[in-house]
Amino acid sequence: MSQAHQPILQSSHLIGIEGLSVGEITALLDLAEEYVALGRAKEKKVPLLKGRTVINLFFEASTRTQSSFELAGKRLGADVMNMSVKTSSVTKGETLIDTATTLNAMRPDILVVRHQNSGAVSMLARKVNCCVVNAGDGSHEHPTQALLDALTIRRRGKTFQGLTVAICGDILHSRVARSNIYLLGKLGARVRLVGPKTLMPGTVARFGVETFTDMREGLKGADIVMMLRLQLERMSGAFVPSTREYFHYWGLDREKLAYANPGALVMHPGPMNRGVEIDSSVADDIEVSLIHEQVEMGVAIRMAVLDALSRGLCAGEHHL
Amino acid sequence: MSGGRTVFCNARLVDAATGLDAKGGLLVENGKIADVGAGLFNDIDRNDPEVIDCHGLVLSPGLIDMRVFTGEPGSEHRETLESASRAALAGGVTTIIVMPNTDPVIDEPSLVDFIRRRAEATARVHVLPMAALTRHLAGEVMTEIGLLKEAGAVAFTDGDRTISNTRVLRRALAYASSFDVLVVGHAEDPDLIEGTAVNEGEYAMRLGLPAAPALAETMIVERDIRLVELTGARYHFGQISCRASLEVIAKAKARGLPITCGVSAHHLVLNELDVGPYYTFMKVKPPLRTEADRAAMVEGVASGVIDVIVSSHDPQAADTKRQPFAQAAFGAAGLETLLPVALGLYHNGAADLLHVLKAVTSAPAQILGLESGVMKQGAAADLALIDPDAPFVVEPDLLRSRSKNTPFKGRLFQGQAVKTFIGGECVFNRGAPR
Repeated sequence: MSQAHQPILQSSHLIGIEGLSVGEITALLDLAEEYVALGRAKEKKVPLLKGRTVINLFFEASTRTQSSFELAGKRLGADVMNMSVKTSSVTKGETLIDTATTLNAMRPDILVVRHQNSGAVSMLARKVNCCVVNAGDGSHEHPTQALLDALTIRRRGKTFQGLTVAICGDILHSRVARSNIYLLGKLGARVRLVGPKTLMPGTVARFGVETFTDMREGLKGADIVMMLRLQLERMSGAFVPSTREYFHYWGLDREKLAYANPGALVMHPGPMNRGVEIDSSVADDIEVSLIHEQVEMGVAIRMAVLDALSRGLCAGEHHL
Repeated sequence: MSGGRTVFCNARLVDAATGLDAKGGLLVENGKIADVGAGLFNDIDRNDPEVIDCHGLVLSPGLIDMRVFTGEPGSEHRETLESASRAALAGGVTTIIVMPNTDPVIDEPSLVDFIRRRAEATARVHVLPMAALTRHLAGEVMTEIGLLKEAGAVAFTDGDRTISNTRVLRRALAYASSFDVLVVGHAEDPDLIEGTAVNEGEYAMRLGLPAAPALAETMIVERDIRLVELTGARYHFGQISCRASLEVIAKAKARGLPITCGVSAHHLVLNELDVGPYYTFMKVKPPLRTEADRAAMVEGVASGVIDVIVSSHDPQAADTKRQPFAQAAFGAAGLETLLPVALGLYHNGAADLLHVLKAVTSAPAQILGLESGVMKQGAAADLALIDPDAPFVVEPDLLRSRSKNTPFKGRLFQGQAVKTFIGGECVFNRGAPR
């Protein structure tokens, strides 16, 4: 790659968007563009991470993020090992830190970690001496998702300055929402949050965003509509009375989408609950839905992140 | 101590119970204070072996810590009465009130007796047990309050649990008031705080941690005040943490209700931002609040609305703290840092020394109906010799508590106990005074 060996990230870990500068974000997006092109070529592999070991450590089930990282690592020539919670000894009472130090002793170069608890990934990062990528921790951050969303938006020719993005759904529990609020804010976009008050943190106005409970109001003038996944267990009376009522007021259908700007595009981090937060006719409309593009950008972004972090690794010993 | 007689001279005597703050001396005979006063022993021979030259340091009644959790019985790996005792004495604390939240729960007269006998056998510090207000701390059935009192329980509490059933609480308070015992409550609405780890607010949102609003506390404070009004029970809020609760309690006190309250040392110096990058040693119950709330707690101590400062000492083993934040145990070790934190209020000008020491000596003694916490003729010679200016950097490994979960790691304090006396006998000596 043309920018090879130029350092991109200050930190040896990617824990969240909150700690990234605009320059770092832009450099990652630029690098990912090159990997988009590579992914569309016949020969999809580069030997950049040849000899490196990447461990995908997933404490929470995930099909798409894990396979996206796996593919990214393999396309860069790394040896990728997948470890999920069900096969690990965490279920036997081993603590997260024990697991971390055990894996660390195997001398991986990069650990990709997803965990159901906020802060677990940064805690783990403090205990190992390899690079750590946060693949989603609790309700905290999911940085590669926000980066791939930004890449998807940028590749549609949109500029972030002045762009209006409506993020809709379960803001309270969403790490995707937090990472996107930080990232879009840093890049100059106007962020709106839409959802019922039970799923909206009370202090969210402090983040420089506008909040709406009425989805139609919230979508007026939006250029991008970003839907969030609503965990089904949160819909049986605890936060929302029923899926039916939720869809009625906050599910994205043609009628509500019509309030957004003409040409507004729809995104979803997946996996979707069709008929709960998004109507199939919107999700499957290739004119407005970026959902499949997001998946493609996901691989490119993760390649860029692995590439960027590996630049901090020296040839022989780690010196982190 | 030769002949059971010790003379303290050249001391700054600070005794909140009598309002004494003066240079003077104190005489101990047979474990009791035989004489105390300004100007006493000014001309005594300071080289006499039975004379302790205090070099102008503060001589105060030993501290009384009203809120201490230990692991004995049941979790001795966290803390025993013996290890808690060593930590207490190093902190100038001569009496600890231990919570019934053990395994088994202290809800039987025989278990109160067990704590007392265990303490007598292993601990130098005075250990006074509180008994459970409800059996198994389940909040359903009241304990044998009369018999437990006779067995030696100094107060009744469900520790860090709030009784959510108001009918049960009403009856327990009414029954307790028949024996004129003190009931100590914990104010956090159990439903509102279920599954939460920190104070609700911007920072919790940033961290993505499950959070509960401070009003989870204030609602229970308001509820309990109404029940106190109804039943006439003597009631003490073990610890409060936010301004709204303070205001509610101030009004209740103004109405003459028999209500008192405490604050933990960590709520006087730490706020929600100290959680930092998911620092689990900052995970306490109730959670650290906003800076405005912290400042209100300091004001509350200064104004006297908050009666006592407690350590809320809650030792937790490393394995339960080295967890992702939401899964980590609540609690902070605090016996050795109670006095330095309290002295901070004096150094910061929030309150004078007499007032600060009152909150850890005579005020808890009065609330609990103890005879200690005072320097007067005939009182037990439980004393703390305090250097209010000595620098103290908290190094967890040097703390005497079996668990090292202090939230003050590396923090610099001004002031600490240099010698601690129980019944006139020196049971802790940090080294010669300056």
